[in-house]
Amino acid sequence: MPVDKNMKVLIVDDYKTMLRIVRNLLKQLGFMNVDEATDGSMALQLLRNAPYGLVISDWNMEPMTGLQLLKEVRADPKLKGVPFIMVTAESKSENVIAAKEAGVSNYIVKPFNAETLKTKMSSVLGDF
Amino acid sequence: MPSKAVDRDLEQRLNEIRESSGGTVRVDEIGEVVQSLLNSLKGDLTAADLRIYQELEGLAAYIRAAKAEIAQLRPQDIKEHFISSASDELDAIVEATESATNDILDAVEAIENVAAEAPEEINQKLSELTTRIYEACNFQDITGQRITKVVRALKHIEDKIESLVKALGGETVEPKAADGQKPAFFTHGGEGEQDLLNGPQTPGKANKQDDIDALFSSFD
Repeated sequence: MPVDKNMKVLIVDDYKTMLRIVRNLLKQLGFMNVDEATDGSMALQLLRNAPYGLVISDWNMEPMTGLQLLKEVRADPKLKGVPFIMVTAESKSENVIAAKEAGVSNYIVKPFNAETLKTKMSSVLGDF
Repeated sequence: MPSKAVDRDLEQRLNEIRESSGGTVRVDEIGEVVQSLLNSLKGDLTAADLRIYQELEGLAAYIRAAKAEIAQLRPQDIKEHFISSASDELDAIVEATESATNDILDAVEAIENVAAEAPEEINQKLSELTTRIYEACNFQDITGQRITKVVRALKHIEDKIESLVKALGGETVEPKAADGQKPAFFTHGGEGEQDLLNGPQTPGKANKQDDIDALFSSFD
């Protein structure tokens, strides 16, 4: 089944510049329907109010981190199936393990390039 | 005075100080305890009492000298001027790079708008180039996180100096972290998650995307 590029994508990062960069990279990949949140709690609110096809989240945010957001998403029966990619500077093995155990769909370490973003999105959503 | 009675008096006074100060003992109070202990040594002194007396005198002299040396370092100045100034400078760096990055992004978005009206071949080439600029702009996030770590480290040092000033008899603004707790510098995030919030690692230590991919795949 082809990837629906009109799906809503939620990007979560406390650096507004980073949100802008990811939004533009997604736009270049053909994903135009992008919403933004600057922390986990704001993201959770958006996720509970509309259907999203993908979450791309930073880890290190306050007050709710990306890992906490991931756990909340996976614990919510209505949201638990939403693909969730962590994009973070946290590159320690224990971080990857913790994210994987919490149910992350894929993991991108910053700084990243557009090809890596596309590859990881494809592995989660299917080729596009 | 018998040694055991001295021990009891000393213990009682130390307990009073612990209860009143929450475990932090000011240098002045230590001196006071030592002095009261010396004053209590009256009457016939045994050889053991004399040894204690000499050791306590030595201790009092050491504390006085240490206090004088620390005072010469002017810890309050370090806290109020140097650390505060360094933190402000680092914050300014973050703001300046963020502002510059946004200016770059403004320009790139404008180029993309122009590219959309250009012939397909040029549009494609410009798109590849703007992608590279977006990728390069990742730096702002990484440097911002690194600088934030340094600012938190400075805040931690500031707190320690605050404790030092307090020990010297100065006034404090903020309470220090209780024993056994991580300082505020390290703490945010959920329970058990603090150890996972390290921010970017130095290039030699950081896992690369290939390392992450290999680890990630090992779960499948």
